[in-house]
Amino acid sequence: MPEQPPYEEEEFHHGPEGPPPEDLAIAPTGFGGTMDLGSSEAETLEKTPGGPEGTGPKEKPRSLWSDAWRDLRRNPVFIISGLVILFLVVISIWPGLITTQSPLKCDLSKAQQGSQPGHPFGFDGQGCDVYTRTVYGTRISISVGVLATIGVALLGSFLGGLAGFYGGMGDSILSRITDIFFAIPVVLGGLVLLSVVTSNTIWPVVGFMVLLGWPQVSRIARGSVITTKENDYVHAARALGASNSRMLLRHITPNAVAPVIVVATIALGTYISLEATLSYLGVGLKPPTVSWGIDISSASAYIRQAPHMLLWPAGALAITVLAFIMLGDAVRDALDPKLR
Amino acid sequence: MRGATHAKWAACAAAVALAASACGGGGGGSSSGSGTVSASWGDPQNPLEPSNTNEVQGGKVLDMIFRGLKRYNAKTGAAEDMLAKSIETTDSQNFTVTVKDGWKFSNGEAVTAQSFVDAWNYGASLKNNQKNAYFFGYIQGYDKTHPDTGKQTADTLSGLKVTGTNTFTVALTQKFSTFPDTLGYAAFSPLPKSFFSDHAAWVAKPVGNGPYTINSYTKGSQMSLTKWADYPGDDKAKNDGVTLKVYTDNNTAYNDLLAGNLDLVDDVPAAQLKNAKSDLNGRYINTPAGIIQTLAFPFYDPKWNTSGATKVRQGLSMAINRQQITDTIFQKTRTPASDWTSPVLGEKGGFQEGLCGKYCDYNPSEAKKMIQDGGGLPGGQVKISYNADTGSHKEWVDAVCNSINNALGNDKACVGNPIGTFADFRNQIGQHKMPGPFRAGWQMDYPLIQNFLQPLYYTNASSNDGQWSNKQFDNLVNQANAETDTSKAIKLFQQAEGVVRDNMAAIPLWYQNGSAGYSDKVSNVALNQFSVPVYNEITVN
Amino acid sequence: MGRYVIRRLLQMIPVFIGATLLIFVMVNVMGDPIAGLCGERKCDPATAAQLRSEFGLDKPLWQQYLTYLGHIFTGDFGTAFNGQPVTELMATAFPVTIRLTIVAIFFEIIIGITLGVITGLRRGRPVDTGVLLLTLVVISVPTFVTGLLAQLLLGVKWGWIKPSVSTDATFGELIVPGLVLASVSLAYVTRLTRTSIAENKRSDYVRTAVAKGLPRRRVTIRHLLRNSLIPVVTFIGTDIGALMGGAIVTERIFNIHGVGYQLYQGIVRQNTQTVVGFVTILVLIFMVANLLVDLLYAVLDPRIRYA
Repeated sequence: MPEQPPYEEEEFHHGPEGPPPEDLAIAPTGFGGTMDLGSSEAETLEKTPGGPEGTGPKEKPRSLWSDAWRDLRRNPVFIISGLVILFLVVISIWPGLITTQSPLKCDLSKAQQGSQPGHPFGFDGQGCDVYTRTVYGTRISISVGVLATIGVALLGSFLGGLAGFYGGMGDSILSRITDIFFAIPVVLGGLVLLSVVTSNTIWPVVGFMVLLGWPQVSRIARGSVITTKENDYVHAARALGASNSRMLLRHITPNAVAPVIVVATIALGTYISLEATLSYLGVGLKPPTVSWGIDISSASAYIRQAPHMLLWPAGALAITVLAFIMLGDAVRDALDPKLR
Repeated sequence: MRGATHAKWAACAAAVALAASACGGGGGGSSSGSGTVSASWGDPQNPLEPSNTNEVQGGKVLDMIFRGLKRYNAKTGAAEDMLAKSIETTDSQNFTVTVKDGWKFSNGEAVTAQSFVDAWNYGASLKNNQKNAYFFGYIQGYDKTHPDTGKQTADTLSGLKVTGTNTFTVALTQKFSTFPDTLGYAAFSPLPKSFFSDHAAWVAKPVGNGPYTINSYTKGSQMSLTKWADYPGDDKAKNDGVTLKVYTDNNTAYNDLLAGNLDLVDDVPAAQLKNAKSDLNGRYINTPAGIIQTLAFPFYDPKWNTSGATKVRQGLSMAINRQQITDTIFQKTRTPASDWTSPVLGEKGGFQEGLCGKYCDYNPSEAKKMIQDGGGLPGGQVKISYNADTGSHKEWVDAVCNSINNALGNDKACVGNPIGTFADFRNQIGQHKMPGPFRAGWQMDYPLIQNFLQPLYYTNASSNDGQWSNKQFDNLVNQANAETDTSKAIKLFQQAEGVVRDNMAAIPLWYQNGSAGYSDKVSNVALNQFSVPVYNEITVN
Repeated sequence: MGRYVIRRLLQMIPVFIGATLLIFVMVNVMGDPIAGLCGERKCDPATAAQLRSEFGLDKPLWQQYLTYLGHIFTGDFGTAFNGQPVTELMATAFPVTIRLTIVAIFFEIIIGITLGVITGLRRGRPVDTGVLLLTLVVISVPTFVTGLLAQLLLGVKWGWIKPSVSTDATFGELIVPGLVLASVSLAYVTRLTRTSIAENKRSDYVRTAVAKGLPRRRVTIRHLLRNSLIPVVTFIGTDIGALMGGAIVTERIFNIHGVGYQLYQGIVRQNTQTVVGFVTILVLIFMVANLLVDLLYAVLDPRIRYA
């Protein structure tokens, strides 16, 4: 990660039209080599003071968000991915809507058999119904993704936002801490931390993702807050004697939150994918939890004999991840005035 | 995946342009020189000292570069004299060993009585941290060289005495009639002087007296062994050498075998077994080995140590459809177990088929009743613990649980409890933290019924992980060990095994076979009873 | 410039200490490694106690860490349980993984940037949409699935490559594993370049250059690409560390005996010395790569100068 302003700021000498240092606060590192793309644009958000929205402190957030919403409603990518996600959420809450069997009911005599009436996706290595397990897996995989994203977004933007707003010593320390977390490869951290876990709930996995994922959001939130802080309307509010907490809540947060949302949406997909990788390495979720990651990793050994076992859960996972990334893309495009 | 393959094509093109080696050339070829065999291997956990190697991977190498006093026949398992000219005793407690003339280490040094005594003293000495030290525990003076606490007060075993160039005597602390038969274990191998004089160099490239010598050893990735032309024994290597390649994932090794990149895989992954025969055109072997898998119980947990718990254990045992699991998951590379030993012992050696009786037969309705009679499952659920990092344990634990769940009509009666690493698994066992039954696999050290019972069920024995304790069993084992007549000793061991059965101290699951696949480049491939390939017999076509 | 570099190097010290401490604590949380050394039986207590004291495991954690740190500064990274010095493991593992990473980065740069430039210049056209969808598919399939499929199809079914990589791990053998390792990052590089090019295409300096009548190719390469590369370079720079550490999965599938393999073994055997040693080096590489990226900015954007 490049060094970030402003503690480095004094060391840059800008030419007359030089970019503000925030331009360098781009491209965060990925979560395990998988990073979001949007941030480069997202971070440069709103730094063009002459933009269409940059007219006044009160109107600006509203017009940005309503503009974005108007864009999104007309964007087919957003509509399709939105519908897919809606469908996934519905069946993860009520899996019974489209399946009648139990994912834990398995009959070894049917192991590895292919598609047959009543069992469209066939059976896995234990003789469990692949269709039912794929449907039930939605709940866990989506829960892991959503909970991890919420945790990362909250913790990251809280710490990053405070550091960006107050700056100084706390900011320097936080930046060093983020560096430390960035430097440790995620899969490695997962292997070490999760191999001691005995609980078979999803919380350890979610907790681990939050623990190693927050620095990514924290960086973006920090950069975003710093950019927003320098805007004229914030200076104006400060001159009018607004308190710190009021400034943070009323003026900065609404404007700085967009990049975080973009990054979070895209990261959600990568967390779902990461859960599968952790299961493949033997440290992911544990039975009797039903998740795509568990099924994909146990099916990966049967890839030659019974590819259908791998195909369905992996396909479901890919579609879900795809839907979230596309949604994130669409949201980013809508929120980025530069690309209009 | 359309996208990915496209990208790969592009990449290949780019790479060729880069003048790196051509893309997709591949296939065959790499398996070194003409007469050598390439075989799959795992990274040995400990340095390759004989008394420090306690797992199969290191054992494979020792089996190639060392020959001990005895050697177990690869087919029958009988302990036959190798370097021993004779091992004589009158009282089953004091033995006189005579070593054959003419044996040498591959560095030219002669193998003498001293080579054995030095090696055994080294292994028994606490300061050397040898993990197999307990093998010398019956020899007099072990309590001095290897006290349970504190510093050792002697460096050599008082029970070992060199009485001539080729003879030495062994005095044991108690009668142990089958002691000579244990001497085929690798820990009892002789060691050359260079082992002691330049230990670091020896460990980097071990020197022994077996049919192979180590040519090069890159720790963690590969070992190349060549035939020792001047090997004095009868079991000379029939190939020019063996290259052992370390694999992290046995699926990769199997893929390499299919692609002609490897000659021998001795651990065919469970998922591939179904097609192994057709994949390999019959170049696939499946032979019994001295390994039994059981489910042990945490007897230190009061919930599992009630009077009703015996019935619950028996009920659980009856809820497991062994036949179906061994057929489906293991594709007949396991045989449903009906006693607590192994078929490789043979009837004469103490194996008793059907000893377990109806408690090892699948009977879901009876199982349900037994468990109810016994007070139900402790806590309403059993968690079967296993380590997730090695072996294909997840598959069978899940299958066992499904079998139990189906029998009891409850989806959550049994769940697997994977533990990330083997080390942590052993740790939790050691700290008595098992929440329920746990995987217990036992691979024999030597083919004796004693080895299947005493280490596992004797009070406080080294592998009695469930802390089962039964006076009657202990007494019978003591009597059996003191018995000089072998067949009488075996009878007593069998009586002790009956005690294990009556209490269902552990649920026997299945006897494990060794399975291996090999390429068309080699023939005469066989596994011995320890499921280790008999490398020196392999011929290269 | 010199002062800047020195300052950056000094800032690395707390990060370095923090990262090693963090991983040290994490590995120690895993518990006592000795129990796993004795196979399916209890280690005899005397040997276990002695091993513990030999590896320093009987000391309090902070003391273990300080001792370890002290040794590192003298170049001693400890000994693995199989009796091999960790530095020796590093000497065999790092060259392999560095080669793998070079292959991966090479693909990221060549394929990723090329595709990014093409799509960025043709935003909204079918080529753009096609590549965009492709990158999404690559991102949404977990790497281990891509790797297993590549191994099965290319290695076993079609026989184009060997399913595993030999001990030598030459560049030629590492092409497919490198591509698998790079796949997700490659997709990101493509998208990052695309956005960056699309944004800069409309900037004043590009318009000026075009108005001046410079040839298109020259405008694209000299002006547009050079300025658009900053976010891409940042990404690739930070990706070096992630690639080397994230190679655990790829190295396992293709049986490559590199850093990922050693780390995996180290973790499975709870070998603190191996794991902490390797991670320490990875952390260093990560930090140095970041510093280099920042210095590269000055090259790419003449407006940036470090004092």
